[in-house]
Amino acid sequence: MNHPFLILTLLAYVLSLGLYVRFLNTGKEITGRLGTLFLALGLVTHYLALLERSRGSHTVPYHDLYGSMSLFGWLLALTYLGLEFYHRQRSVGAFVMPFVLVFFLAAHLAPADRLAPPATHGVVFALHVTLSILAYAAFALSFVLSMIFLGEERHLRRHQLGEMVWRLPPLDLLERMSRSSVLVGVVSIAIGTALGFVSVDRLAGQHSFFDAKYVITLLVLILYVLYFRLARTTTWRGARASKLCIFNFVVVVLSFTVVNLYLSHSHRYF
Amino acid sequence: MEIVLVGLNHRTASVEVRERVSFTNEQARRAADELRSRGILEETLVLSTCNRSEVYGVPPESSHECAPGLSSFLSEFHAVRPDVLSVSLYHHYDREAVRHLFRVSAGLDSMLLGEAEILGQVREAYRFAHEQGATGPVLNRLFQGALEVGKRVRSETELGTRPMSVAAAGVKLAERIFGKMNEREALVVGAGTISEQVVSQLRDRGIAHLSVMNRSRDRAEELAKQFEGKVVGWGEWDTALQSPDVVVSSVSAEEPVLRREIVESAMAARQNRALFLMDLGMPRNIEASVAKLYNVYVYTMDDLSDIVQQNRNARESEIPRADGIVEEHVGKFLSWQASVELVGLVEALRARMREERAAFIRARMESMNHLSEADRARVEGLMDEMLEKLLLKPAEQLRGEKELRRKIHNVEALRDLFLSNREKP
Repeated sequence: MNHPFLILTLLAYVLSLGLYVRFLNTGKEITGRLGTLFLALGLVTHYLALLERSRGSHTVPYHDLYGSMSLFGWLLALTYLGLEFYHRQRSVGAFVMPFVLVFFLAAHLAPADRLAPPATHGVVFALHVTLSILAYAAFALSFVLSMIFLGEERHLRRHQLGEMVWRLPPLDLLERMSRSSVLVGVVSIAIGTALGFVSVDRLAGQHSFFDAKYVITLLVLILYVLYFRLARTTTWRGARASKLCIFNFVVVVLSFTVVNLYLSHSHRYF
Repeated sequence: MEIVLVGLNHRTASVEVRERVSFTNEQARRAADELRSRGILEETLVLSTCNRSEVYGVPPESSHECAPGLSSFLSEFHAVRPDVLSVSLYHHYDREAVRHLFRVSAGLDSMLLGEAEILGQVREAYRFAHEQGATGPVLNRLFQGALEVGKRVRSETELGTRPMSVAAAGVKLAERIFGKMNEREALVVGAGTISEQVVSQLRDRGIAHLSVMNRSRDRAEELAKQFEGKVVGWGEWDTALQSPDVVVSSVSAEEPVLRREIVESAMAARQNRALFLMDLGMPRNIEASVAKLYNVYVYTMDDLSDIVQQNRNARESEIPRADGIVEEHVGKFLSWQASVELVGLVEALRARMREERAAFIRARMESMNHLSEADRARVEGLMDEMLEKLLLKPAEQLRGEKELRRKIHNVEALRDLFLSNREKP
């Protein structure tokens, strides 16, 4: 953690978090804008740090768990920034930035593992991994938004209106932001999985290759499509949909940890 | 260059007196003209709102001396007996007058703490007086400072951010659920005063569609017409509850008019789209168990009153911060005022010394006939040089050093020390 890009990224993310928290407390527009600015700066330096890391290890940055965690943090921040611009809402930044920071620190405080190169490589494989991690980041963001929704909804129903409730985004907007995020995740994971199959197909002698990851990924895809459908049109809209979104993310975490570690042959990072 | 303020407000005067002493724009213009033509004030500004009537001015002489004349003028202008008016009037001078105006502008002196309207009223009063040519350098600077204080207090504190009425609190809560109101629909059940207040708030927030349901259809039509809404027949809940996002109920009924089964069936028809119910009736118009239904938010009059009270407390806790901003600007204004006065004093002193020099030379040179014209000119030149040296450095310091100006509190004392009263600039 002594590379200038890493220090600059850390500084930018910490400042962005501080400014977003202050924005949530005071509602001052200028603080929110500065929070966004530092997040954008952090994204640039984080990208340069990832580039540096991939050059250093002569492979893609997500070759190991730490690299993939760092990329996850970067994509989480990027997805959030996109969502912030699209929905013109900054109050969520204070809740998302801690996750970005945790993933960034966890990835970069530890030394890079030198693992054997993956079975496959190339642009298609790189896109497969990047899109899959982007999907996980988008699902993580929808998880955070759903948690905020449930907290705010609970306070509104119980008439417990503290300082925070007046500053958070309206429930309707949180639902829309969560759906946007899930849409990004579903599209990314669908394309990413298809590209994964293309990569496997290119491996000589691996045509009948099977991995438990296929099943869990299909399950994740179905669950999020279900959420997307239920949250929009039926009696599930509101808190029920948010709970389903949280459940879906638990499945994603299981996929990323238990399945990758113990059940998958080709998605192990450590 | 002193400042005087004479006025009355909701704290010092009854509504009857306030009504009699209020100014229309035309009256404000006439009062300002008369005050200047009678020589009571050199600069004038009348600030008149529903809760206050205040005259700010710069008198030609001492502010304390002009205050009685100003009070008599107000009594005469509005035809109110002096003994009736004098108990309601307050007088503020210089620092206190400046502080008072800045507090007014910040909303700290308003009946509804932190209300936003007063800043607009101060701005309008200043614009009007400025256009009429009633203000001068002092009041221009004073009111520009007041507008800056008002803006800063609103942007840097939470004095004006929280809703302070039940109607406003209800609408703000609805925005917590639905966001902006411009794509939303509301149903108002009952057409009384409180319904009118909520409807007015909803219209201010840009509600897209409004329906009114009332036992008396005539009154419902009246309210609907006033706010460009439509009328729904009394008790037609099936249709009435299908589209609105916000329902405001304030009817006089012994039994709840909106029962659980009605809302339950409406929610099924709406596919559980969120519904915000504001129950402002007493006794309650909405059955308590309705609050347990999925995606239904119910707030009663008590709940909203609690929010208003919390907001009032929150606003009150911001008073010290707002007062801090006021004091900062009072200091700035007084420093500016002192600098203008000090520069004027130095100029007057310089003119006085030139006069003294001329008189001195005239008296002394008469007995010095041996001096040639050139020598006389040289002596005069040397005296000029010495006087300039004596005054130039302090004058430059006064212009350049803010801290020095702040230290000099009593310009009048300096004036009295170096200049006679007749020579005051």
